[in-house]
Amino acid sequence: MFSTGFTWNDLKFLLDGALVTVQLTFWAILLGTFAGLLFGLARALWPRLSLPLAWVLDVFRSVPLLIQFVLFNSFKSIVGLDISAFSVGCIVLGVYTAAYFTEIVRGGVLAVSLSVRRASRSLGMSYLQDLRWIVLPMATRVAFPGWLNLVLGVMKDTALVMWIGIVELLRASQTIVTRIQEPLLVLCIAGLIYYVMSLVVARLGARLERRWQEND
Amino acid sequence: MFDYTFQWRSALRALPDMLAGAWVTFETAALSMIFGVLIALALTVMREGKQPLLRGFADGWVSIARNTPSLFQIYILYFGLGSLGLHVSSWIALLAGITFNNAGYLAENFRGGLKAVPTTQMRAARSLGMSAFQTYRMIVIPQLLRVVFYPLTNQMVWAVLMTSLGVIVGLNNDLTGVTQDFNVKTFRTFEYFALAAALYYVIAKAIVAVARLMAWRLFRY
Repeated sequence: MFSTGFTWNDLKFLLDGALVTVQLTFWAILLGTFAGLLFGLARALWPRLSLPLAWVLDVFRSVPLLIQFVLFNSFKSIVGLDISAFSVGCIVLGVYTAAYFTEIVRGGVLAVSLSVRRASRSLGMSYLQDLRWIVLPMATRVAFPGWLNLVLGVMKDTALVMWIGIVELLRASQTIVTRIQEPLLVLCIAGLIYYVMSLVVARLGARLERRWQEND
Repeated sequence: MFDYTFQWRSALRALPDMLAGAWVTFETAALSMIFGVLIALALTVMREGKQPLLRGFADGWVSIARNTPSLFQIYILYFGLGSLGLHVSSWIALLAGITFNNAGYLAENFRGGLKAVPTTQMRAARSLGMSAFQTYRMIVIPQLLRVVFYPLTNQMVWAVLMTSLGVIVGLNNDLTGVTQDFNVKTFRTFEYFALAAALYYVIAKAIVAVARLMAWRLFRY
């Protein structure tokens, strides 16, 4: 009664696509976290000086990701940069992540009240010591939920890289749909994989968050 | 290494068409926001209520909207409904997809905002003789909208950015769709998309500016 053209090989193809999604997310988050941390600190510590940086990053938040992919992809060809579409995806997503993470870090650093920092300085800590031992641990706790949301967001945004020709989860499902013509089933399976991936990340994050707040 | 001449003139000649596309983009985003807010309010009320069925429905909606890519949601509506014999146009699929997504995200925002409205307000209104619906409409929701005004603005910008996904399901009259049409005719990808990016930036900034102005007018006291 219920027959389908969906085979185990198709499922393997989907999971391969999911692996590409995870890899893209990983590299984008790695790149974005480092860059965002630097930019965010700059934004919080020298707000006047780093104002141009804020304007530039604002552009990445106000232009659709899809258009950023297309633009950077064609820019790469214009300049003659010889990198794969996967690297283009990682770089664009990484910069996009950095643009958002900068604001999160800035918010976290500014959430550490000035009196706490003054207290640490008057205990004889140097400026760097104050940053390393007082501001960083406190800002991390404030910024962590935002970072986690960002990870989940980026994982979902990786679906857009299909436009520049990378076969990730959603594109893989599209390929299978073209062959077996059962869009609802295949898309539901793809959606389920996304859902499970998000849920795992969210659960792990929530657990970590709870452990950090144990002695609050 | 650099043997490419930019042809900005031909891109600028396409500007009127792209502006028309930008208007479609804005309209779509605005419509999806209006429906999104209404649905999100309904979902919020459902999640506050005691009916397990409604509650499960609302929770399911929010968690699916937030845990799957918006492109996937548009795909389901475009290709998935098609396989059930329900053929929707790409614009309807886009609008419905973004509305679904907006409603999910906004419902979560509203739940946070609802916590900021003291429960005593609700009780006071009820003891003044208002019905539950009246209480929500006249007491809770006005206060709620004030709290969630800035998240609402953000979501509007998001909605505008999300309309660019319409091109993947074949929409050709919004900003990205028009740009893609010119792109496949001329292969001047960079110029056209740079122009589109500039237009999107302007739209996003305009929305933020208008929202600031509105906040200044609305929330003076």
